[in-house]
Amino acid sequence: MAERTPGDRVPTVIADELHIVYRVNGTKSGKGSATAALSRILKRGSDDAARGVRKVHAVRGVSFTAYRGEAVGLIGSNGSGKSTLLRAIAGLLPAEKGKVYTDGQPSLLGVNAALMNDLTGERNVILGGLAMGMSREEIRERYQDIVDFSGINEKGDFITLPMRTYSSGMAARLRFSIAAAKDHDVLMIDEALATGDRKFQKRSEERIRELRKEAGTVFLVSHNNKSIRDTCNRVLWLERGELRMDGPTDEVLKEYEKFTGK
Amino acid sequence: MSAPPSPDEGLTAAQLAAKYGLSVSGARPSLPEYVRQLWDRRHFILAFSRAKLTAQYSQAKLGQLWQVATPLLNAAVYFFIFGLLLGAREGIPHDIYVPFLVTGVFVFTFTQSSVLAGVRAISGNLGLVRALHFPRAALPVSFALQQLQQLLYSLVVLVVIMLAFGSYPDLSWLLVAPALVLQFVFNTGLALIFARMGSKTPDLAQLMPFVLRTWMYASGVMFSIPAMLADKNVPGWLTDVLQWNPAAIYMDLVRFAMIDGYGSSYLPSHVWAFALGWAVLAGVIGFVYFWKAEERYGRG
Repeated sequence: MAERTPGDRVPTVIADELHIVYRVNGTKSGKGSATAALSRILKRGSDDAARGVRKVHAVRGVSFTAYRGEAVGLIGSNGSGKSTLLRAIAGLLPAEKGKVYTDGQPSLLGVNAALMNDLTGERNVILGGLAMGMSREEIRERYQDIVDFSGINEKGDFITLPMRTYSSGMAARLRFSIAAAKDHDVLMIDEALATGDRKFQKRSEERIRELRKEAGTVFLVSHNNKSIRDTCNRVLWLERGELRMDGPTDEVLKEYEKFTGK
Repeated sequence: MSAPPSPDEGLTAAQLAAKYGLSVSGARPSLPEYVRQLWDRRHFILAFSRAKLTAQYSQAKLGQLWQVATPLLNAAVYFFIFGLLLGAREGIPHDIYVPFLVTGVFVFTFTQSSVLAGVRAISGNLGLVRALHFPRAALPVSFALQQLQQLLYSLVVLVVIMLAFGSYPDLSWLLVAPALVLQFVFNTGLALIFARMGSKTPDLAQLMPFVLRTWMYASGVMFSIPAMLADKNVPGWLTDVLQWNPAAIYMDLVRFAMIDGYGSSYLPSHVWAFALGWAVLAGVIGFVYFWKAEERYGRG
């Protein structure tokens, strides 16, 4: 590591000409009939397009450098590649071309995929914690905090019931509570803010502010310009997978609002 | 942004990354590092496998009782078809045919379901792979571990059947442990191989049941290979090859360990060497093969 003078800006995430491509099987001529599939196999060796594999070029040549202490908002219309970019930074989606360099392991705030509806809330807290890479001791220490934060047990002993018996709001609250229990170096939040009732939303916004303080760099994907304005000091605007604008929150949001016609 | 000129001006992205010690996100770790990461996640692997096992029957009225009832019913079906209707008990003494058959079914099912779970380990859990960081081998290993636990439930049934048919516990029963450990390593290797292949070609999930069924019928689950082929005028090496196939090896070892009337005359030569060899071969190849594509799992 190089010696650095105070005040120097330390990069934590560098994206260098990043391209992400999804491949989708069996889309040719839209029908997916048996004969179409057969001809696809017979044409093996020819290029992807002929075999009915469609490519979706979700991120096209995005470059930026994010520094320690920054909170970066990602904005853009639906399907502009925000979530994909986030996953690529986290190293969860392999890049087609270009590279992402990061300081430590960026993590996505979210644990939904690891939880199982047939298990009790209690077991899901443990499973989710382990899936995020916490140790058994850490989970034991924070278990009560997680349960209290989620407020699941406010209306009775629900934590020992299977998660499929929860209302959608309750389940969302528990998921957020588990996900927010861990500290992160580089934290990425994908519109996780608007879950649960008003009371819980307030509590979760507060928790996110706390996480932000502890984290080196924060990325936030949101369609809510207000929460971007409250949280971020820099904004990346993506449109059709390309970086359209990169700058201080106010400047970019002004242009974006003009673009979307607000 | 109008930042003041910094000493970093003019560096390329790669140089800048190197200067501040940043690493490429999502790069594949070295093999020893990968093993270490996987070991760090051992609690997750175990918890995930147990969660999957429990979740299986959580909606059923009889609940976890199905863990034992399912293998029992399975064995009953095979006994009805092959023991009573077809009478495929050639070369096996009458009184040990039921334990022989049931052991074969349970042991083969262990390998079979590990492979089937392996095929879907990545392709069926893309959500998990795209949301969280962990060595991806944790998934196939976890699924193989789930099948091992399933097998332990089956062993309870097996012990009851052994007692009912006059095979009583003795020291040789302890040989079940090393045999199943080796089979578990072998299964995990296969699960890793098929997890990588299944992530690239999900169609394997449709194909594999047929391949596995063929394998089952060729491995002597419901008949003794040497007895079946003895009067069929086939070359001796074919019998050996069939008996040396990993599924037959592991089945024979467990039968040999538990069934009183199933002596070493039923086993091929060098049986433990083959059991070990298959486990090491599949385990090492499977692990390295899976690791080679580590950074590519999750691409849809």
